[in-house]
Amino acid sequence: MRIKINDKEQTIPEETTVAQLIIQLGLSGKACAAEVNTKLIPKAKHESHTLSEGDRVELVTLVGGG
Amino acid sequence: MTIEIKPRAGHGVSGGDGVGDLVLGQRKLTSRLILGTGKYADFAKMQQALDVCQTEVVTVAVRRERLYNEQGQSLLDFIDLDRYTILPNTAGCFEASDAVRVARLGRELLEQLGNAGAGWVKLEVLGDRKTLLPDPVGTLEACRELVADGFEVMCYTSDDPIMAGRIKDVGALCVMPAGSPIGSGQGVLNANNIVLCLERLKDGDPDYPVIVDAGVGAASDVAVAMELGADGVLLNTAVAHANDPVLMAMAMRNACLAGRQSYLAGRIAKKRYATASSPFEGAISYIPGE
Repeated sequence: MRIKINDKEQTIPEETTVAQLIIQLGLSGKACAAEVNTKLIPKAKHESHTLSEGDRVELVTLVGGG
Repeated sequence: MTIEIKPRAGHGVSGGDGVGDLVLGQRKLTSRLILGTGKYADFAKMQQALDVCQTEVVTVAVRRERLYNEQGQSLLDFIDLDRYTILPNTAGCFEASDAVRVARLGRELLEQLGNAGAGWVKLEVLGDRKTLLPDPVGTLEACRELVADGFEVMCYTSDDPIMAGRIKDVGALCVMPAGSPIGSGQGVLNANNIVLCLERLKDGDPDYPVIVDAGVGAASDVAVAMELGADGVLLNTAVAHANDPVLMAMAMRNACLAGRQSYLAGRIAKKRYATASSPFEGAISYIPGE
């Protein structure tokens, strides 16, 4: 299915969870917060939240800033 | 024109430097400087600057994952999470709703990291990309929502005292009026307004924290802000883009301390004419008018 990850369209397997997506992208173990369709998905729900066709996922971290 | 600055007698005289702690919510901070982590030539330089300025709180931004810089390094590899409280900002947000989203993402990240800054946010809702001046309506809206969501909001605003009061009224942990536009290096452009902000915010509530945020260009700007009675200063570019960021960070630390001490000590009134420090009485010289 097609979803948008950080504003870029990508194809991922059906029924992928947020936790699986983070692993597939090599981000597991890193500080990484997830939002799906502008709603925060807390880490405790990464494994239970299944992505759907057309979802807009944001994966963010901390960078230098003032 | 004279701007009257009233020092608080007896306040802050405790440790060796006599300036006391900066209290933000439940936290007591020895350092009154908050330093940003952006714009450094490299992370190692940033790490040294944070170290020498002895700050305890550092600001960060929330951005889409790009993982690492060209050298394969991540900001978090260079920040001691046990030493520093991380203050995530909402920089780059021009809508209240975006600022609320970013604040929640920042809290989530800091909860994952187990850092004391989880629940803190430096709220910025910008009104214009060229000036980076705050949008007062959006700022107030986001502040209200974040406070209701349990955040301790440290709120960036202009030096408008009325707006500063409104922000406090909706429950911000502290108000952070800008000395001048972000990254402009113009220092405190309107000292009178900063004093008006301080008077309004501290009226009947002298311990309410007010931190001057943005516009610092040199150490003297920090001293000026502190001498006006600000409880602290938040800065980034003036250190990160200095020719020698580590030396400038040291200067900022000294200026912050000197400014606070000067404020507490109580400056003399400004006068139009001179007042001799040496007595005329007993002088052997000719003195006009005598």
